[in-house]
Amino acid sequence: METVHLKINNIPVEVPKGYTILQAANKANIKIPTLCYLKDINCIGACRVCMVEAKNRRGLLAACVYPAEEGMEVLTNTPAVIKSRKTTLELLLSTHHKKCLSCVRNNNCELQRLAAEYGVDEDRFTSSEPVYEIDEQSPYIVRDNNKCVQCMRCVAACKNVQGISVIGAIKRGFSVHVGSAFDKSLNDSPCVGCGQCVVSCPVGALTEKSQEDKVWDAISDPEKQVVFYTAPSIKATLGESFDFPIGTNVEGKMAAAIRRLGEGVKVFNMDFTADLTILEEANELIERIQNGGKLPMFTSCCPGWVKFVEHYYPEFIPNLSSCKSPQGMFGAVLKSYYCEKNNIDPKNLFVVSVIPCTAKKFEATRPELRSNKEYDDVDVALTTRELARMIKRAGINLANLDDEDYDAPFNKATGGGAIFGSTGGVLEAALRTAARTLDGDFKKVDFDEVRGPEEVREVTYEVAGVKINVAVTSGLGNARKLLEKIKKGEADYQMVEIMACPGGCINGGGQPLQSDTVRNNVDYKALRAKAIYDYDLNCEYRCSDESPVIKMVYDEYFEAPGKEKAHKYLHTTYVQRDKYYK
Amino acid sequence: MAEKTLPTFRGTPEQQQKLQEVIDRNKQLPGALLPVLHEAQEIYGYLPIEVQQAVADGLGVSLSEVYGVATFYSRFSLTPKGKHRISVCLGTACYVKGADKILAEVEKKLGIKSGECTEDGLFSIDSCRCVGACGLAPVMMIDEDVYGKLTPDQVDKIIDKYIAEEGGSN
Repeated sequence: METVHLKINNIPVEVPKGYTILQAANKANIKIPTLCYLKDINCIGACRVCMVEAKNRRGLLAACVYPAEEGMEVLTNTPAVIKSRKTTLELLLSTHHKKCLSCVRNNNCELQRLAAEYGVDEDRFTSSEPVYEIDEQSPYIVRDNNKCVQCMRCVAACKNVQGISVIGAIKRGFSVHVGSAFDKSLNDSPCVGCGQCVVSCPVGALTEKSQEDKVWDAISDPEKQVVFYTAPSIKATLGESFDFPIGTNVEGKMAAAIRRLGEGVKVFNMDFTADLTILEEANELIERIQNGGKLPMFTSCCPGWVKFVEHYYPEFIPNLSSCKSPQGMFGAVLKSYYCEKNNIDPKNLFVVSVIPCTAKKFEATRPELRSNKEYDDVDVALTTRELARMIKRAGINLANLDDEDYDAPFNKATGGGAIFGSTGGVLEAALRTAARTLDGDFKKVDFDEVRGPEEVREVTYEVAGVKINVAVTSGLGNARKLLEKIKKGEADYQMVEIMACPGGCINGGGQPLQSDTVRNNVDYKALRAKAIYDYDLNCEYRCSDESPVIKMVYDEYFEAPGKEKAHKYLHTTYVQRDKYYK
Repeated sequence: MAEKTLPTFRGTPEQQQKLQEVIDRNKQLPGALLPVLHEAQEIYGYLPIEVQQAVADGLGVSLSEVYGVATFYSRFSLTPKGKHRISVCLGTACYVKGADKILAEVEKKLGIKSGECTEDGLFSIDSCRCVGACGLAPVMMIDEDVYGKLTPDQVDKIIDKYIAEEGGSN
């Protein structure tokens, strides 16, 4: 490999040719501040925060895009550099709506942190009043362009990672702003709601549509019984909002904290409906294979992916499994089985799902998901971040809590349900159960081949003489490639798992925000995924069909996978959506 | 969000055919979007949402990218141009002679802003930078006619003349 030698702050560094100054500095453990740069997502040299000086070169250089060159002598903190960065930040602040105290990103804002580090004068240039209307029409994401710093990280996440590009830069100069075509609301655009823009935003310009107040109201309403359930990945990420290292499993503390949000609040384990999804989905797959149904069957638990198909590939709608997502199934189970069993009027049961996802907020409002026309099965879908804020507001010190279990009867689940949180997990859980269904002696539990960070994993398994070709991918840019391949007839799969967010739910748009300094230097996705797979290894049951809760709900209510009642409550339909509008 | 109501799109099959040819001719080229938008504007006179969608579809890029390019360059117009194009010079000489007041008067008279077109499609207003007649500042052009040494009170009459020619009243 060809390398170049340079000096950064007089420290000699050797890096492969093609490395940028920023990458070289990282290698030498020298920190250069960044704002618009986000590893693997955005590298456009736009914000001018990463400026550095190089000997015998005119002007300052943007470290994130400037290639390291042989013999270069870079200086990262000269007075000229510091002054330039400071002025840049002051200029950014001149058009920034500086309502830091009431901003959701207060104390977790990259601009705020940089401003503090560089000791800026926030009023050096005349400040402007807010000029942009806040777009809060969608049920999942709020855009406040008055706080936007035009780093274009959201635009890059939407275009480069997800390949959707429903947002872009509009106009130019002072009038430039980020939005959907023809300045329509995000709600009227073909946005799938994945929220990768939100987790990419360095400031408070993009947030989830908060529904915390609705939950607080329900908790204080004596008529309402409030039940929470937490998605498989939440246990592996919630801790980050409470300063636990990335990849810490805080399941027991999480259950304890939610129970303390209010009197009578119950907390259930959503891994249970992940298991339920597997039973229904494995049954559906076997049926499709045996009865000549539409193949490949696509998983349907990811609402961003489902909406993507509805907007951009409606011809594949029949391929989507008719199974509701685990969130949808749990809502239906609670408002049918649970209410009947406990004699609760479903209108008084307030169902809160905690999900790593902004698209799930949209999913919760889908009319197709209602098992009864009069009410939503899921009343509120909270992101991991919103749950963390609620716990903090309740004055609960998560770290000090002793571990507690989930509430019965939905307290037990399997490793198969838990791994839904990571890319490949749904397919692996389905394989575990399908293999045992087809061949009672099948012993393999770990299907490592479908795990991992590779863009697309294709594997062929042979179970009881049946060959099953499967494929897994995450990130909608990759999904598009896979769909095109299927369209051209270049692939013959029976089952395909797709998650809208790269890495799956552990990197969902509703997960705790990690700043650029973390995202650029730490493989946070791998750490979170590891927590999930470690959890799976330690589960009493690892195959969804082994779960005692699953056995209970089928015996008492749903009879068997695919049966009439199961179909009524646990399956759904999809709608074709326009490619240009809502 | 703040959306303006635009005049109804009245594209003809011939225009659509022409646009398709332009798209087919450029589709394989890198950076095809800009030249295609140029030609699209020549065909339709402006770039309404229907045309931008056709370009997005034809080139396989997203509508927001098309819209981003269309709003970046001032040469592109999202609104149709009127039968009579009014252009008020805001160049230095005209400006110091009060061209901003002329523009304001025209906008008031027609009830539209610079860059827009009247509902009946008769007039559109734009500003320009210097028509090379600084001796006549402030200057306004309507189609090919030049009006110089203007004062705001003359604007009404000049525009009325065009309205009368069309046999209507505004």
